[in-house]
Amino acid sequence: MDYIRYIEKTHEYYRGLGYDKTYNYACNTDIPFVPLKKPLSECRVALVTTSSFLLLDEGGLPLEEPRMLGTNEMEVFTAPSDWPADRILSTSEDHDRYQTDMNDVNAYFPITRMQEFLKEGVFGGLSRNYYRTLPNYSHRKTTEVDGPEILRQCREDNVDVALLTPV
Amino acid sequence: MTYTNARDIAASAGNPRQVFLNYPLGNPAGRPHDPENQRSVLRAGLKLLEDAERPGIIVDLPYTWSDSGEWMEKFMTDEQPFISEDAEVRRQDLLEKAREQKSGQLRK
Repeated sequence: MDYIRYIEKTHEYYRGLGYDKTYNYACNTDIPFVPLKKPLSECRVALVTTSSFLLLDEGGLPLEEPRMLGTNEMEVFTAPSDWPADRILSTSEDHDRYQTDMNDVNAYFPITRMQEFLKEGVFGGLSRNYYRTLPNYSHRKTTEVDGPEILRQCREDNVDVALLTPV
Repeated sequence: MTYTNARDIAASAGNPRQVFLNYPLGNPAGRPHDPENQRSVLRAGLKLLEDAERPGIIVDLPYTWSDSGEWMEKFMTDEQPFISEDAEVRRQDLLEKAREQKSGQLRK
């Protein structure tokens, strides 16, 4: 199957732009695994994404400041799981802008599809909140700060399953 | 359960369960404005979630973005640079700030 080798491509691309440091992609060989312990129809499900977007008020104005790239501060933001898809505005700069746009939030943060699955009984429930964190150049921060914070909040909310949509 | 458009990055990251959708970056949960496709993509992940008995499985989904593979060839070329010049400047500024913040923390 043909697909883009992003690691090779980005290394070449940034070297071509004159950057001498190439990004070190996460490489984990010790992969954690827990089998699903009950039927999905009894599970409480959360969404976790690295897509960047703003929640909008009813008049269509942003309720938060745009954020782009991670720092070393803890950066976990929530979005209520019943938030309407038409009140989300993408601020992503990490998509292939020649091929696609980010106008349909469900293509990267499937908030409407999750509500449909809930109504159809595919899931037992949805978490109170969904989670957003920023694409970050620090693996340490993702694994030691933001990741554990998302896990903590999921546990507090009795979440059984997390679906991840990295962008 | 992870939905990804970047197979090699996902394989390297080594998440417990992943489905790979060979669409341009930005659409891990399906084709924009195509709810049926999005549902099928999500369902494939849920099936893996239920069926997987070991970590590290990547399921390759059968959906294709277009009949031609041209979009893959053009990605990150001079004709189609990854991000706009403005965005690249903002990115590098923020990256620099993050590095300063990090070195500040290390000095403490």
